[in-house]
This record gives sequence, C-alpha cells and structure tokens, in this order.
Amino acid sequence: MRTAERTGLTLDIKDKNVVEMRGITMIYPNGIAANQMVDFSVKAGEIHALMGENGAGKSTLMKILMGMERPQEGEIFIGGEKVSLNSAHDAIAKGIGMVHQHFMLVPSLTVAENIVLGIEPKRGGFFFDEKGAVELTRQFSERYSLFVDPDAKIADIPVGMKQKVEILKALVRGAKILILDEPTAVLTARETDELFRQLTLLKEQGFTVIFISHKLAEIKQITDRMTILRSGKSMGVHVTKDTSEQEISRLMVGRDVVLTVEKTQARPTAPVLKVRGLNYTNIWGKQVLKNVSFSVRRGEILGIAGVEGNGQSDLVKVLFNFEIPDSGSVKFEDIETIGKSQAALRRLGVSYIPEDRMVYGASGMANIEENLISDRFTHRRFNTGPFFNTTAIREECNRLIGEFRVLARSRKQRVKMLSGGNIQKVVVAREFSSDPTLIIAEQPTRGIDVGATEFIRKKMVELSSEGKGILLVSADLAEVMEFADSLIVLYGGEIVAYFEDTSSLTDLEMGEYMLGLKKQSEDEIRGAVHE
Amino acid sequence: MLAQIMSSVFTTVFLASVLRITTPILFAALASAVSERAGVANIGLEGIMMIAALSGVLFSAWSQSAFIGVLGAGMMGVLVGLMMGFFYLKLGTDIILAGIAVNMLGGGGTIFFLFILTGQRGTSAAVLSRMVPALEMPFLEGIPVLGAFARQSILTYVALLCVLLVYILFYKTPLGLKIRAVGENPNAASSVGMSVNKVSYIALGLSGFLAGLGGAYMSMFAAMGFSANMVAGRGFIALAAQTMGRGEPLGTLLSSLLFGAADALSNHMQGTGLPSQLVATLPYLITIIGLSMYTWRTIKKAKRIRKRHSEPANSGEES
Repeated sequence: MRTAERTGLTLDIKDKNVVEMRGITMIYPNGIAANQMVDFSVKAGEIHALMGENGAGKSTLMKILMGMERPQEGEIFIGGEKVSLNSAHDAIAKGIGMVHQHFMLVPSLTVAENIVLGIEPKRGGFFFDEKGAVELTRQFSERYSLFVDPDAKIADIPVGMKQKVEILKALVRGAKILILDEPTAVLTARETDELFRQLTLLKEQGFTVIFISHKLAEIKQITDRMTILRSGKSMGVHVTKDTSEQEISRLMVGRDVVLTVEKTQARPTAPVLKVRGLNYTNIWGKQVLKNVSFSVRRGEILGIAGVEGNGQSDLVKVLFNFEIPDSGSVKFEDIETIGKSQAALRRLGVSYIPEDRMVYGASGMANIEENLISDRFTHRRFNTGPFFNTTAIREECNRLIGEFRVLARSRKQRVKMLSGGNIQKVVVAREFSSDPTLIIAEQPTRGIDVGATEFIRKKMVELSSEGKGILLVSADLAEVMEFADSLIVLYGGEIVAYFEDTSSLTDLEMGEYMLGLKKQSEDEIRGAVHE
Repeated sequence: MLAQIMSSVFTTVFLASVLRITTPILFAALASAVSERAGVANIGLEGIMMIAALSGVLFSAWSQSAFIGVLGAGMMGVLVGLMMGFFYLKLGTDIILAGIAVNMLGGGGTIFFLFILTGQRGTSAAVLSRMVPALEMPFLEGIPVLGAFARQSILTYVALLCVLLVYILFYKTPLGLKIRAVGENPNAASSVGMSVNKVSYIALGLSGFLAGLGGAYMSMFAAMGFSANMVAGRGFIALAAQTMGRGEPLGTLLSSLLFGAADALSNHMQGTGLPSQLVATLPYLITIIGLSMYTWRTIKKAKRIRKRHSEPANSGEES
C-alpha cells in the first residue's frame, strides 16, 4: 500500500507552495505551443482554479504535472523539492492525483476493484483479497464522506458516483494534491453542489485542490485563488474574492490583434437559411440547443461565437443533418431540410467545412484529386459512360489546385502527406467551388498556418460579397469579430446575444456574453430572425 | 442410419474420443482466453503449438523424460509468446502480423529445424522420444460416461485443471484483476501507474505456455512423435472456441467440448455410408453456426446496453 506517509509531504506548513512549476514551455510535435514560459504555483490547503478557454493550455499543464507529458523547458517543485516526473507513477508517488475529465475506470470491474487497481491487497501472498478491497474502500469512503457502493459494477453506477470513485482512487494512493479536470462538465446541478461540499471538506482536512474550469460562477463559489491561461501563457495569479467576474472574463477572453483582410460593409439581402425554434437533446439526454432561431442572409457572414461546448457544434450537426432535432424547423430557401440526406442538402446548394478535417473533411488515404471530386464525381461532366472522364477531372483539379494555391507535388499526392493548412485548402477548394448558396464553415482556420488562414478568410469575404450566405462558427474570437458582419453568441445552448453590426463590439462585452454574465433582452435576440 | 449414428454417439468410446480431441483445443482456447482478456489478440496459437510439438519430441528424446519434454514444450511456448510481445509491444508490429509470422514459422520452421537437428524429413518417427502416459483407471471401464475417463492422457486432466486455474487467475488473484483491467481500459490501468506492457508480456507468456502444452499433447500422446502440419488448424478452432466462450474459462471449456464433439462425430460418421466429404465438413459447419449464433447474441446485447446506458462521461469535449 502506498499511503500518505510515503509521499514525503508535510501538510502543516500553510501558505507554502506545495506545487511550483517554473517557466514551463511545451511545444507539441505538430508545432503548437501549448504552454509558453508558464509559472504556476499552488499553496497547501487551497482550492486553486486553473482557468482558460478551450485550447488555452490548461490540460497540457496538468498533464505535465501528472508526468504524462514532458515539457521542453521548465522546472517542477513539489513540497519545495525539485522533481522530475516521467510517468503517472512518479506523480502518484509524489502525492499528486488526478481526476480526468474522461474517467479512467474499468466498466466491468466493481468500485472496490477499480479503487485498488495496481495496489491490490493480497491474501496468502498470492490471492486477491476482495474483502480487504471492499473494506479499504469503505474506510476511505467514510473518512472523506465520499459515499460509494464498493460492490457495484462501474457500468451500473451514475456519473456522480463514478467521479467519487475517481477521487477515492487518488486518496487511497496517498494523494495530497488533487487535480480535477473540468469536474462539473458531466454533473447535474445537484451533483455539482455535492461535489463542492466534498471538496470543501477535503480542503478543511488539509488537501490541496487544483480545479480546472471555465465556468465563472463555479470558480467564484469554490476557489481561493486562480491562475488564468490564455493562448498558452499565464495571465497571472489572482485572489478569487478580489477579482470581479468582468476582470476574469477580460483576462480569459481578451484577444490579440489579427491580420486584417480588407472588407467592405456587407449588403445583406434575402435570407437563405431560416432556423426557427430549434430544440435538440443529445444522446446523453442533455438539452444542448434551446429554442434557437436565426436567419442567414445572402451577402453576409453570420458569426457564431461562444466558449466551446455551448451548443455550437451541436447546432452545426443539426443544420447539416447529422442529428435530428427534437423540434423546430430549418428552411433552406423555404424548403424544409430536416430529415434530408447530406447529398440532398448539397444538391440544394449547401456546402460544409467541417471542424474535424481529417474525419469529416477529407480522406487522408485518398489523393488530392479524389478528395476534390468526392462531392461531384457522379456528375455527367466527369463521366463518359461507365468510365471517368479523366481529362475533365484533371482540368477541374488543376484549376482548383491553382486557384486555391494548394502546395503539393502533384494532384495524385495523398492528402495525409500534406500540411494542415494545405489539407484545409483542399477541403475549402471543394466546398467553395460547388457553387453553393450557403456555406457552413466550422472552425475553418483552426490550427493552420497564417498564410492559409489569410487566404481562406479572403475567400470567405469574396464569396459573401458575391451574394452567398456564410455561417461562420469559430472558437477564435478574433476571427468571428473581424470577419462576421453580424454575430450570435451562444451560451448554454441558447442565443444570449445578437449583434447586427460587429464593428463597435468590444472584447469585454463579448466576454461577458460568452461567459453567461449578461444576456440581451428577448427583443434584441429576436433581431437575429429575418423574414 | 440415424439410429446407427445415435447408437455410436452415446457410447463411452465416443465420449472418450471427444475428450481426446478436445484436449489440445482446450489448451489453446485457454491460451487465447488469457491473452484476449489482456487485450492482445494472439492468433499465433497454431504456430506456437507446432513449435511446441516439435520441442516436446526433441526435449523428451534428449532427456529421455516425458515430463522434461512437456515442460520444454511449455517453455518454448512461453518463449514464442514473449517474442511476439517483444515485436508487438517494443517494436510496434501489428499483433495480427506477428501472429501470422509465428504461424508461418510454425509451419515451415519446424520442418527445417527437425531436419537440421535430427536429419529427419517431415516426421520424427526415427527419433526416440518419450510419450506422455495415460492415466490407467481400468475400474472405470464399463461404467457409462465415466468409462470415457478410463484411459485418458495425464495432459487431459491437466487441461481440465487449467480451466480451474485460469478461473482462479482471472477472478481470485491481483494479476487477474490487472489482466482484465488492461484488456478493458488500458488508460485506466496506466493512469494508476500500472505498467500495461508488463501485464501484456505476462499474459502472452502464459498464453504461450498453455498453447505449448496443447502442442505437447499432439506429438507426445495423440500421435507418436512429430510430423509436418500435425496441428492442422486446431489453433484456429481454439480461437473460435474462446470467442464463443466469451473468454470465460467455463464457457471456453464448453465450447471447446462442442468443437471436440463435432470433430469426433465426423470421425464416427465416416463408416455410415454418408459421403465422407460431407461428413468431414461437420466440425466446420458447427463452427460457423456457433459463431453466427454468438455474434447475433452479442449484437443484440450491445444494442440493449447502448439503449440503457448512455455514458455522459465520454461525451465531454476535449479541452
């Protein structure tokens, strides 16, 4: 048994940093700098929030602390002693335990079996002591008021209890520092309250808690101090009770200046897409879209902003018919589209740039040519009897590769061999060239280089001035604010704000809507609906 | 004619032949269960059995002890299992490819090594190897059902004992808990600081040992010595038996018996006037029917579970 005695941590020293990470820099092999010279420290016995938008580098920083990633630069001190953490095993030995957002549990094993996994009590030197495991579970469960049923199978218990099992797993291994990665994301309001009570209890018993979240209300409610990350950099440490929600939101959401693409005032005309009263409950039984109504007009780029996970991707899934909504209507040029196939949608003139370009956007194993014609190869133009008209296909592909400046050795090159930016250009070339009336662009420039980003944005502006309707869903605040003509903010699956004109918007204002601090009046929100 | 078949089926002779045919399949199926539960698909059982069959003959000839022969066969199985683990876990080979390679090695390599070491071509008839003795229990003869046990190989009892041992391993030991955890959710196992690779190695080693005993049975009891391709697909039938038994020791025993019975039945029906080719397809037909039934049930169960359990824990977005 690995217990508290062996972790080498003394808990009586209050106000001392139990965890100190200095100058952490982590660059992933794909070139994304997840952490840049981040300093992070936590005092013994506090609940410390680690805040930031999705992709800000929170999870990476914690994976480094758990020994699951190794930074290029930086030092880590636990209890004042410099450590090198090469595996979860090392971190556990130093008294650090993590409750992952995606639970690390074995469904067919019991609660007790999961809790003792790897440190099983033995009977007679060889046999697994099931009774001992149950007893140990019970003991810890009672000591920390984390009530679980030791004999129940993980597959049969509710999410709230699974989370308790995860916390117990860490405690049984002697963790004195608990990292909780967005623990409330999967909980109901009641379960969240219960979790907070338990965390407060743990804090009173001297445990240190690192609480990862981007929900302001929760942070204000439970944490003592907070560290805010933005784009991989630390925005400093703040005492929670002295920091206003507005201040937090400014620190979290503030943006850097972006490259500018020349853009004239949009002149929107008739609506091309009308979404009315859309409600959608996902397969986990959570309502993720609530009475969403808006229109996309010809000649405008309508932006959809929001912190990730507030219904944006669900909305796109419903619009492109990957999911069927509970109620509401989606009309494309007055034709109801719910229930139609993606092929039918495309024939009507809707094109779609999906968020995940390697899963929905392109086939990595197929070549550029095959990807480019994948939506149109059945067309007469590209066929001669039962055979492909290779000349027509070659001409089409060469034209698109030229026009969209895809950098490749040849049109026969496999798509997965291209850089991220060029893969996205292949997707964009196909979607923009099918003569669409409406383009749904989901994170069109995420994770691609500056040049490709600028090119794709220019194209979008060009197409909108030609009179096409564009729905731009982006987690990049700068992108939606600079390129969208009008803007919708989603929070908790609802439209909380609509801006007809984005030019006078400030980051601060946006941040407040995105984090649910403010909501427009019904009338203002209704402005998103154009007839 | 049906009466003729029926009367031959319900005899102790028939039951005894079922046990004899089942034994190597059972060893291999248990071997498959151990690796499968650890999340490693070991399709190299056929090859391991071939290699072990030859090793058993050579070791027993060298030591003039059947026990050393069987032990040598088992250890050779462990060695091949660990070698597969090395390729799969350390060098990153696809485990299926590693299995195919072992099977090919088992087919051709054994003939090669037999020739190199003994100068014999294809069979080890001239090698003075020892056989595993049968456990003679003449007093059982004449008793219905039990009579089938009167002259079985010691290894048949070992195989039956292994069913119990594998059960104890899976459900009563810490190692078994680790094996099941690694097989079901390796992330969970490594998140608590366990070495997933270590557990996989151990499972492959054990799997190799059990398959090795199956191979020893082939050359040291079922036949007098080694001959080319003597395992004849039993390693693959064992995979089917394990799948049908859902990797559970008891289930694996029952499905192995079913395959053994099918095989025995086709042997017994050779003399009934039915076309022999048709009769020979019987075991395979039963395999197909068995696997289809099993798959059908699994799909139905999965659908039901999916409906009942929706796990929000897995739906959260990546941060």
